[in-house]
Amino acid sequence: MTRTDVIVIGGGIHGCCTALHLARRGLKPIVLEKNTVGRHASGVNAGGVRQLMRHTAEIPLSMAAMDAWERLDALLGPELAANCNFVGGVGQIGIAESAQELAWCRERVAEMRALGYDFEELIDADELKRLVPSVADICRGGIVSRRDGHANPFRTTQSFRLRAEQLGARILERTRVTGLEQGDGGWTVTTDRGTFGADIVVNCGGAWAWQAGAMVGEHFPKSHFASTLMVTSRMPHFIDPVVIGIDRVLSFKQTEAGTVVIGGGILGDPDLDAETAETVSDRMMESAATVYEFFPILRQATIVRTWAGLEALMPDVIPVIGPSRVASGLWHAFGFSGHGFQLGPIVGSVIADLIVDGVSPLPIAAFSPTRFTAEGKLRPPAQ
Amino acid sequence: MTHLQRESCELAIVGGGPAGLAAATLAAELGVETVLFDEQSAPGGQVYRNVEANAPRHDALAAILGGDYAGGLALVRAFRASGAAYEPESAVWQVAASGKVGVSRGGRAYLTRAQRVVLATGAMERPVPVPGWTLPGVMGAGAVQTLMKASGIVPDRPVVLAGCGPLLYLVAVQLVRANAPLVAVVDTSAATLAGTVRAALPLLPAFAGDLAKGLSWIATLKARRIPIHKGSRLVVEGTGRVEAVTFDSGGRRVRIATSLLLLHEGVIPNNQVTTSLRCKHVWNVAQAAWRPETDPFGATSSARVAVAGDGAGIGGARAAVHRGRLAALDAAFRLGRIGRDERDARARPERTALAREARLRAFLDRVYRPAEAVRPLDDDTLACRCEEVSAGELRGLIAEGFTDLNQLKSFSRCGMGQCQGRMCAGTVGRILAEGLATDMAAVGHYRLRIPVKPLPLAELAELGHADRNDKPVLEVADGDPSQRI
Repeated sequence: MTRTDVIVIGGGIHGCCTALHLARRGLKPIVLEKNTVGRHASGVNAGGVRQLMRHTAEIPLSMAAMDAWERLDALLGPELAANCNFVGGVGQIGIAESAQELAWCRERVAEMRALGYDFEELIDADELKRLVPSVADICRGGIVSRRDGHANPFRTTQSFRLRAEQLGARILERTRVTGLEQGDGGWTVTTDRGTFGADIVVNCGGAWAWQAGAMVGEHFPKSHFASTLMVTSRMPHFIDPVVIGIDRVLSFKQTEAGTVVIGGGILGDPDLDAETAETVSDRMMESAATVYEFFPILRQATIVRTWAGLEALMPDVIPVIGPSRVASGLWHAFGFSGHGFQLGPIVGSVIADLIVDGVSPLPIAAFSPTRFTAEGKLRPPAQ
Repeated sequence: MTHLQRESCELAIVGGGPAGLAAATLAAELGVETVLFDEQSAPGGQVYRNVEANAPRHDALAAILGGDYAGGLALVRAFRASGAAYEPESAVWQVAASGKVGVSRGGRAYLTRAQRVVLATGAMERPVPVPGWTLPGVMGAGAVQTLMKASGIVPDRPVVLAGCGPLLYLVAVQLVRANAPLVAVVDTSAATLAGTVRAALPLLPAFAGDLAKGLSWIATLKARRIPIHKGSRLVVEGTGRVEAVTFDSGGRRVRIATSLLLLHEGVIPNNQVTTSLRCKHVWNVAQAAWRPETDPFGATSSARVAVAGDGAGIGGARAAVHRGRLAALDAAFRLGRIGRDERDARARPERTALAREARLRAFLDRVYRPAEAVRPLDDDTLACRCEEVSAGELRGLIAEGFTDLNQLKSFSRCGMGQCQGRMCAGTVGRILAEGLATDMAAVGHYRLRIPVKPLPLAELAELGHADRNDKPVLEVADGDPSQRI
């Protein structure tokens, strides 16, 4: 048996980042990854670094994450930071086409102001056109978060992994957790490649995280989904910000390579057991149509690839971050419901603080596992 | 012009070469509602491209292309008479496990529901990534043959052919007949003439005709005084475009100036569709290529899909006809047109003929084993030409701990370009296998998904016969945009 202080289950961005921060705090984490690092949602998401239009409970985390994104050098060192291809400050824009969408933007900005957040701004058609000259005239304005941007998700996850390894963490790929048991001497984690012992276990299992919970009798929703992305061949540079729809199915950005990555939460067909997902052309129509309706320049674009990554989905679309409700020394960080990438640099730091200091400076009560019943159902909101 | 967008069919056949034509002809004769989709504007595939127009001509082009080519006409005529529907100029960009076939024709895309699909997507030329292989002026020999067949275009500047395999010599002879300025042939096969003759002896007398044809090609080149070099360690030289090819021959380095270099080391199965379907594939050691695993009728591990012809492993045009018929018999059986006994009885002569062809193929595989295409790349040489990723860059990533082909792709962008990884999948796999000291079977293939051919966004936006009840996105949290996924 290999003994260490902390075992992290799952080599996605949050697992790698957790290992990185634990190693910074002097621990010797081992990450157990059933496939390869960043194989699923962490490596193949749209790469949006977005504070815009988030669930209000996530905003303090998201703001702290944004600070970390802007100081990736400090976290990763200059070479690995550059590897992430992070482009900040270009903004993410929610585009309003209808009067209802614009009205929603206005209410949203007012709600944010009331909560003390001023990073979301209402913009009119002129400012939209200034930020995105290629936008069609049918768009009336929208909502912008100017610090936002994008990064390369696979390279970012790899960079976190490499930094964690530099700091002394061990990342074991193709190592599948098959059992999790707590005894007098701490946790025993069984895998298909040996047994590991640790005082603490962190569950960053993504779409499969509920399985680790079930091993200790702690139940979570098993729901998961596969978000689809389409990518075009290289095009001349025409847009800097990331744009998303308000009510319309739309999300796209142009990468540094010139390709345009188009998403918007289009559903693929997930297969949790086969650990893969297929993309479905029938469901891509709407997004394709919206993209070129809003951006006529894309009428000439050609789709060369599509892909989909598996991700956990919580019924309230916010993550699970916090201590286990059935066992001591077990922590959860999963269920990011398709928008966890931007939180990548911060969740691991929260978990490390909780493990080492017993408390996090960031508010995470909304993400507590206690919001689920013993059977894993979401409790109705308290009145 | 708006073309009919078929909503459904019993049997969809993808590809109009010998396998597809034979499969469609027999399936239609057996009463199966059959549609053949093909990218070309006339039936024939690569080998019999444009044969209806070219074969009846008694002119120079017919003579250049030769008798075997003209023989494809009977196949095409039988197909035309069979009652199978024909959809030319139709690119298939998706075959889903459900049988939904995505077609693009005339600037419009649509989906057709097929109960069964036979893929007759044939072969592609094996990339030969020698130093300088991406310089302008370097092409595949097959590409030049395509130009000859499609539009009668023949190179008019000095040309060198380098590589191995029967097609290399056939193209050489066709170039000579067309009076193209063929400077030299560089034969990269490791086999000696004596060894080749020894290997060929057991094939006599059964394949006397084929062997005589091969010898006659060499005789034609000799008669025209075309130098044939044995060569290895090819390097393409040039600044901005090809100027010369150099190689080791008989203990010295030879340099031949040329403005056009045709590289060819055989063909490999075109398996984008079966890979996108996650069919089981096996690494074919003798042919140094992936092929989908199939049963004797060509059925793959994907329940509705079969492969016929070179797409299931290189067998040549004659074998492709038999494999097409076998796939058709199995389709007719599965669709209830014939019983199992009839299928098996009718399959017997096809399988006997295939077994015969397999003897010739084994000989060709042994004698024309690729050499330059499987040599370790220099660090500077591009493995992926679309995204300009060098072998050295990939080796650096492997040294850093990457162990998976798709990790290399995600990190370096190799295989992400316009060719969708067709050109570099084997090369990058080989670099990874070398780096991990393992074999190709262990490193696998790129993970591919639709579209298997680039698809204009505008066509996708107006996709015909898409299922509009299939919700595109999740509906969560009462539609509040801030609680999006």
